[in-house]
Amino acid sequence: MSFLPEALRLGQTPLHLETVSGDDVRRAVDLPRVDASAFAALLSPAADEHLESMAARAHALTLSHFGRTVSLFTPLYVSNHCANHCRYCGFAAPNSIPRSQLSLDEVRAEGEAIAATGLRHLLLLTGEAPRKAGVAYLEACVQVLRPLFPSISVEVYPMETADYARLTRAGVDGLTVFQETYDPVLYAELHPAGPKRDYAFRLNTPQRGAEAGMRVVNIGALLGLTDWRQEIYAVGLHAAWLQKRYPGVDIAVSLPRMRPHAGAFQPACIVSDRELVQAMTALRIFLPRLSITISTREAPSFRDNILPLGVTRMSAGVSTAVGGHAKPAKTGQFEISDPRSVAEIEAMLRSRGYQAVFKDWEPIEASA
Amino acid sequence: MEHTDIFEIGGKRLSSRLFTGTGKYGNDELIAPVCEASGSEVITVALRRVDLDGKTDNVMKHIPTHMTLLPNTSGARNADEAVRIARLARAMGCGDWIKIEVISDNRYLLPDGYETAKATETLAREGFVVLPYMNPDLYVARSLADAGAAAIMPLGAPIGTNRGLRTEEMIRILIEEMELPIIVDAGIGAPSQACRAMEMGAAACLVNTAIATAADPVLMGRAFGRAVTAGREAWLAGPGAVATLAQASSPLTGFLDRTEGAS
Ligand code: SF4
Repeated sequence: MSFLPEALRLGQTPLHLETVSGDDVRRAVDLPRVDASAFAALLSPAADEHLESMAARAHALTLSHFGRTVSLFTPLYVSNHCANHCRYCGFAAPNSIPRSQLSLDEVRAEGEAIAATGLRHLLLLTGEAPRKAGVAYLEACVQVLRPLFPSISVEVYPMETADYARLTRAGVDGLTVFQETYDPVLYAELHPAGPKRDYAFRLNTPQRGAEAGMRVVNIGALLGLTDWRQEIYAVGLHAAWLQKRYPGVDIAVSLPRMRPHAGAFQPACIVSDRELVQAMTALRIFLPRLSITISTREAPSFRDNILPLGVTRMSAGVSTAVGGHAKPAKTGQFEISDPRSVAEIEAMLRSRGYQAVFKDWEPIEASA
Repeated sequence: MEHTDIFEIGGKRLSSRLFTGTGKYGNDELIAPVCEASGSEVITVALRRVDLDGKTDNVMKHIPTHMTLLPNTSGARNADEAVRIARLARAMGCGDWIKIEVISDNRYLLPDGYETAKATETLAREGFVVLPYMNPDLYVARSLADAGAAAIMPLGAPIGTNRGLRTEEMIRILIEEMELPIIVDAGIGAPSQACRAMEMGAAACLVNTAIATAADPVLMGRAFGRAVTAGREAWLAGPGAVATLAQASSPLTGFLDRTEGAS
């Protein structure tokens, strides 16, 4: 079983959301159990007029399921070597940027700099260059970081299940992998060369991670590549499919919007703040227990305001450059919009009545 | 009123039958005033959230020292993981009480009865005071009792839903059939619902979300404390039997007495 046939169908069948009426939206907001067609209604242009009631429901659901808490994490870029040609990314192989990969000593120094801010959840990132940053290298990084971070997730190239299992044994408990776009034709255009061209292999990655024992599997689409409504619909159905098939795994989504970066590619569509709020609240109403991450790609004031509408995780104190925590930043993967420190994010959360959660998991294997 | 109604469990005597939690607060500094306002003496804490050597704020330091800690195994997906978390809690100095939560369904967070019973058996043998969180099912309750549970914690509704006593009939059966204390856990969203559970004869209620996410958690804590006391007193007072039909002042069978009297 795979989500592939469904994804291909979703990616190629327009949703025709212009036929949705205001009444359809009103009904969808109040349904006790929101199905796929009600979810689509919440993503329709007609829903724009009902954004306030969507926000109210999303807030109530978030409050009752997650309380006034937001988990904080930060990404650690250990390598920016990449064999792919993704047209929207600053790390793409054709871009002439300085390439580097941290030595284990540098990884430790980065880890210590991050741990000093109080963060206990880490997201380890690489580009896609398995020959440089292979599984053994990642395993070694995890071993170095494990004493500092009770929870480590990876956002690396798609692997086979056995490799993920190796990482989970080393202490990795979360996997992030974005499909970028669910539209297979656009996907082929945006990934002209490199291993990432394989749409199906990438699409089945979250599933392989779940089978390998990851506790958290985070998916998403890069918003801006094509019609966001269509993409969020696919992300939501993919998340629901994963939740159903892997009930023991915490399924999370991220809603990254495209940011300016070193390449020349510019977004095909601009997702407005209002539209991002619609996307997030629709997802929350559709899947009340879904973890939702909002990254530092977003501006501070927007992050602060969208907080009560469904957010459960935030990145903080971010540098997207390799080795950017211990030393001053070099060229990052993309520009961040929220440069606030961990302490500043914590203070912001506190002032809004929210609590920053630094630690929310610890591998039992390692400690008992 | 004097506290003559003491709840004894795991060798501890409690004068409050409201258990509270530490999750979901916007600010952990509210925990101490909520404990005080509610009168609660038992508080559950997710071990996964405790970072004893972290430089950041640690939830444990906000828990008043007179409280009995009820660490929970939140995050455990099977018996084996729950057992390891429990042992870790004890090693960390959290005491012998443990609330078993074995959940491998992240959509509804429903507890796995079979794995819960397995974990209960192992931990009870190791001397823990085991309080398992469960679906209100009589057979699971019996296996938990056989496994050595100190009390049983059935859910009123799925965690975090504030939907109230959706499982009322099943909980009533547990109260009637089981000798162990029944502590209603999860789903209670309003003081009236906690009061209702106590009126039915529950031994205690655990309330977290409804207090932690209230606009004024301290006031809500106090309301729950009072509701639980009111419900308990109603139960102790022995409510009059509920009649299904109105009792006519001239009963239809009244003639029988008269006939007998006349003979
Ligand atoms: S998006 Fe990832 S795979 Fe694509 S070029 Fe950037 S780093 Fe490489």
